[in-house]
Amino acid sequence: MSAKSLCLLRGDRCLFRDLDFALQDGEMLVIEGPNGSGKTSLLRGIAGLLEFECGAMRWNGRALHDDYPSFRADLAWLSHRVGFKGDLTIVENLAFESGLRATDDSRMGNALARLGLARLTDLPFRSLSAGQQRRVALARMLLSRAKLWMMDEPFTNLDKAGQSLVADLIAEHLAAGGAAVVASHQYLDIDGKTRRVLLQ
Amino acid sequence: MSPTSVSMPGLWHGFSAVIRRDILLAWKRPGDVLNPLFFFAMVSTIFPLAVGPSTEQLQFSGPGVVWVAALLATLLSLNSLFLSDFEDGSLDQLVLSPQPLPLLVLGKALAHWLISGLPLVIMSPLIAITFQMPADTINIMMVTLAFGTISLSMLGSIGAALTVGLHRGTALLGLLILPLSMPILIFGARTVSLSAAEDGVAAGIYFLAAYCMLALSLAPFATAAALRISNE
Repeated sequence: MSAKSLCLLRGDRCLFRDLDFALQDGEMLVIEGPNGSGKTSLLRGIAGLLEFECGAMRWNGRALHDDYPSFRADLAWLSHRVGFKGDLTIVENLAFESGLRATDDSRMGNALARLGLARLTDLPFRSLSAGQQRRVALARMLLSRAKLWMMDEPFTNLDKAGQSLVADLIAEHLAAGGAAVVASHQYLDIDGKTRRVLLQ
Repeated sequence: MSPTSVSMPGLWHGFSAVIRRDILLAWKRPGDVLNPLFFFAMVSTIFPLAVGPSTEQLQFSGPGVVWVAALLATLLSLNSLFLSDFEDGSLDQLVLSPQPLPLLVLGKALAHWLISGLPLVIMSPLIAITFQMPADTINIMMVTLAFGTISLSMLGSIGAALTVGLHRGTALLGLLILPLSMPILIFGARTVSLSAAEDGVAAGIYFLAAYCMLALSLAPFATAAALRISNE
């Protein structure tokens, strides 16, 4: 993945301009910056949810817009709004994912156990704590076979064990040849090659 | 590149997953489904009380009242079509899924029809009886309502997609959708009136069916485009 001279305006404020980066398999891109510096906007722009004012993204050597469906097939997305239904149970929510994208449901039991959710599977998502809800969102990343993980503030609401679990999961994903783009306001130190973008 | 070949779920799988999820959600929160239905029943049953019991008058105004109530009940329920998905982030997941967005949106609109339109069609004979409609007319009314509510769900999905990012977009949604839905209302109510007068109804039903097919085939693409804009 690579990006060339990206810029983005929000209202009449320029969030960033002439931003370049490149990302190989097994590498992680960390987007750092204080609150309101445009981390989420940059992330949404990379995912194609926002249009950049100028610049171009390439994925697997092709312009993103030429082959957007295959980019989405490689993408797993985690943001502060986790995208699960409060009235459905964890399993019902995760089962819906398998209709949307390629998932490996045979690993469901393992993934839930690892995230400490194994005993909560029949509870409605609404009744889980904020940290547990984030863990369900991590389960979606684990089950997906996406090559590119995009995560917006993955450590929010998680306890110490949960935070180190996220770091482990990302490290494993990178070791398996995947790539990750992570926006975070805290310093991220994870095994594997890391590139950094600092937004002011 | 990862060595495992990734097998995508089929188009039908994604389409049916959306429908199944939305129906399951409606099942768990029946209030959202019943509200528009109660509205439809109330408006149509109160009307005869206000107009008076003369059979002639009731038969004359019945088709129009049922159709207006059906249109407004559908509008009422359309507002929430994409709202909860937008608020909890499911919309991002839908938009970023490798499945074609128009297909997923078609699934959502059809689920909306199954949840709100179909019960309305099924309930309409009860209302028709309060207007003393003859049996043949009731059949015709159900056919026109079936085509009409499918079209309204499809058209409404465009409006709901355009207004999803706005708070309290209900009024705007009505403004956007009402002009497009006028042909449905006019042909729907008129066809039922013609049937009550024992006149030909084929032309009206053909028109409604054609409008329904047009909405089914074009609206998902417009809705998908509108969603991408609203979700920025």
